[in-house]
Amino acid sequence: MIEVKDLHKAFGAVRAVDGVSFAARDGEITGLLGPNGAGKTTTLRMLYTLMAPDRGQVLVDGLDAAADPLAVRRRLGVLPDARGLYKRLTARENIDYFGRLQGLPEAELRARREALVEALEMADIADRRIEGFSQGQRVKTAIARALVHDPRNVILDEPTNGLDVMATRALRQFMLKLKAEGRCVLFSSHIMQEVAALCDRIVVIAHGRVVADETPDALRAQTGEANLEDAFVKLIGSEEGLAA
Amino acid sequence: MNAPAQPARRARAFLTVFLKEVRENLRDRRTLTSAFLTGPLLTPLLFLMLINISVNRQLDKAERPLKVPVIGAEYAPNLIDVLKAGGIVPEPGPADPEAAVRRQDTELVLRLGADYARSWRKGEPVQVELIYDSSQREAGASVERVGKLVEAYARQQGAMRLVARGLSPMLAVPVVVARRDQATPQSRAVLLFNMLPYLFVLTIFIAGMPLAIDLTAGERERQSLEPLFANPVARWKIFLGKLAAICTFSVASLVICLVAFGIIGRFMPTEKLGMEIDLGLGFIVHVLWLQLPLIVLLAALQSMVAAFAKSYREAQTYLSLLMFLPVLPSILLMVLPIRAQDWMYAVPLLGQHLAILDLVRGNGLGVAHLGLILAGTAATALVATVTTMQLYRSERLAISV
Repeated sequence: MIEVKDLHKAFGAVRAVDGVSFAARDGEITGLLGPNGAGKTTTLRMLYTLMAPDRGQVLVDGLDAAADPLAVRRRLGVLPDARGLYKRLTARENIDYFGRLQGLPEAELRARREALVEALEMADIADRRIEGFSQGQRVKTAIARALVHDPRNVILDEPTNGLDVMATRALRQFMLKLKAEGRCVLFSSHIMQEVAALCDRIVVIAHGRVVADETPDALRAQTGEANLEDAFVKLIGSEEGLAA
Repeated sequence: MNAPAQPARRARAFLTVFLKEVRENLRDRRTLTSAFLTGPLLTPLLFLMLINISVNRQLDKAERPLKVPVIGAEYAPNLIDVLKAGGIVPEPGPADPEAAVRRQDTELVLRLGADYARSWRKGEPVQVELIYDSSQREAGASVERVGKLVEAYARQQGAMRLVARGLSPMLAVPVVVARRDQATPQSRAVLLFNMLPYLFVLTIFIAGMPLAIDLTAGERERQSLEPLFANPVARWKIFLGKLAAICTFSVASLVICLVAFGIIGRFMPTEKLGMEIDLGLGFIVHVLWLQLPLIVLLAALQSMVAAFAKSYREAQTYLSLLMFLPVLPSILLMVLPIRAQDWMYAVPLLGQHLAILDLVRGNGLGVAHLGLILAGTAATALVATVTTMQLYRSERLAISV
C-alpha cells in the first residue's frame, strides 16, 4: 500500500510536482499516466526516497518515508527509468549484488534469484555479462534485481520503454502475476493502451498535478467520452506528449 | 514476505559494495593495465633510466677527452700543453665566441688575448677568458674542469717564480682550505632520489584514478546510482565500500611499484658514484606504512572531485588537474632548500616526502616523526572522507540527467 499526500517538489522556479495525492492499493495495478515532463518520474523518485519532497508525505505500508527511509526502501521494489545495470557483471551477479544490499541471507537469496530467473524466462542469459544484452534482456534483469527481496510494493517507471511487442506482452503478464500475488503495483507510463489494458486504477498527472484518479470505466463516464484516448486528451487539456 | 533485515545482515553492505567494485574492476582490462602494469612499473623504469643517464654522464665528463675551442692558442703554447695533459683537446675557436655559446654551438670557449706573451714576459697578471652560459646545465662540469686546470697551472707558475727569486712558495699560501665533506654515500643519493616520493604518490594516484572515476562519475553516467540508492543501505556505507575498493587498488599498485624499485635498486650503478642505497624489505615496509593514510586521503579526494563531475570525461579532466597537487611539496623542497622542521612532518605529502628522503639517506625515521606523519595525514584523510560522505547525501548526485 502506497499513499501519497500533497507532494510538492520544485527545481528552482520550475514546480515539477505541485500537490500530488493518490493511493495505490495492494492487489491492484495503479497506473500513473501523463505526458512527458508531467512530473511522473519526480513523483516516483520521492516515493523511493531518492529525493525529499519540499512538502507533503509519502507512506508505504503505513511507514513514513521521511522518518524511516531505509524501512520504506526495504518494502519497495524499484525499477527506475534508468535501468543502470553493471555491464561487466553477469545477470546473476547483478541480482545478487542488490539481494545482498537488501540484506538477504545467502540461502534465501539463491532461492529467490532462481525463482525470478525462471519466472522471467532468463535462464539462458543469467550467466552472461550484461554487455551485449538486448533492451528486453536488460529490463528482465533489472526487474529481477528489483524484486529479489520479495517486496510487497513494486514501482516501475516506464517499464515497457524500448521493448518490442513480445517483450511488452511478457512484461504485462508478469505485472498481472505480481498483482495476483497480492502486491501493490504502481507503474508510470505515457502510453494509454498499456494503462487501459492493465490498470485497476488510473492516476492522470499533468503539469505536476493530479487531474483524475479513477477506474478506467469511471474515467470514461466522468469525461463523457466513450473512447479512453479522447477521455485523456480532455483531461490533460492538450494532445501534447501522449503516445498511442 | 519482506521480513525486516537483521542489523547483523545489514553490516554486510560495506563488504558487499567493496567486493562488487573490486570484482567489476578486475574485469576491466584498461583499469588492470594502468593499476598493475603501466602505473607501478613505468616509474621505476623511468627512474632507472634517469639515474643511469645522469651517472654515466658524470663519469664521462670526468674521464673523457674534452674538446674546447681555444682562441689565441698560439700565444700560450705552455698553457696549452698543460691543458692537453689534462685531457683537453684544443680546437680552433669560432669568430664570435659569445654568439657561439649563446647559440649553444659549443659549451665553452677559452680566449687568450694577443698581449698574453708580452704581459707574461713582464711578469704582469695575464687574463684567460672562459666564455660559457651557466644556464646550460651541461656546461658546469666542463667549465669547472678547464678552470681548475688553468688555476693549477697558474699556482705552479707562481710557485716557480717565487723559487726563482729565492723565496719559499709557501709564502704565497698563507691559508689553505681543507674541505671535509660530511656527506655519506647515502646522503649524496638523496640528490638523485629527491623525486622518489613523488613517484610513489604518482603511482597511488594513477592506480586509484580509473576506479575513483568509475565508482562515482562513471556510475552516475551509466545511471546506476539511482537503483543503487533505492536499496535500504545508508549512502555513506556505500561510499565507504567504494573508497575501500579504490584504496585496495592503490595499495596493490604501490606494492608492485616498491618491489620493482627493490629489484631495480640492485641494478643501479650507484656504487660508481660512491653511493649506497637500500630499497630493501625494510624500506618497502616503512614506505607502505607512511603511504597508507595518504592512500585513503587521495582516494577520498579523487572521489570528491569525481563526484562533482557529471560524466567520465569531465571527471578525467578534473582529476588530471588534481594530479598536480602532490607535485607541490617536491617542487617546493627542490626550489627552496628549507631545513626540515618537526611540524612539516604533520603536513600530508610533505611529511611523506621528508620521511622517504630520511629513509633513503639512511638516517632512519624517528618514532615522533612517524607518529606526526600518520596522525597528520590520517586526520586530513578523515576530513576528506567525511566531506565526501556529505557530498554523497546530496540529491543531485544520484540524478544523472
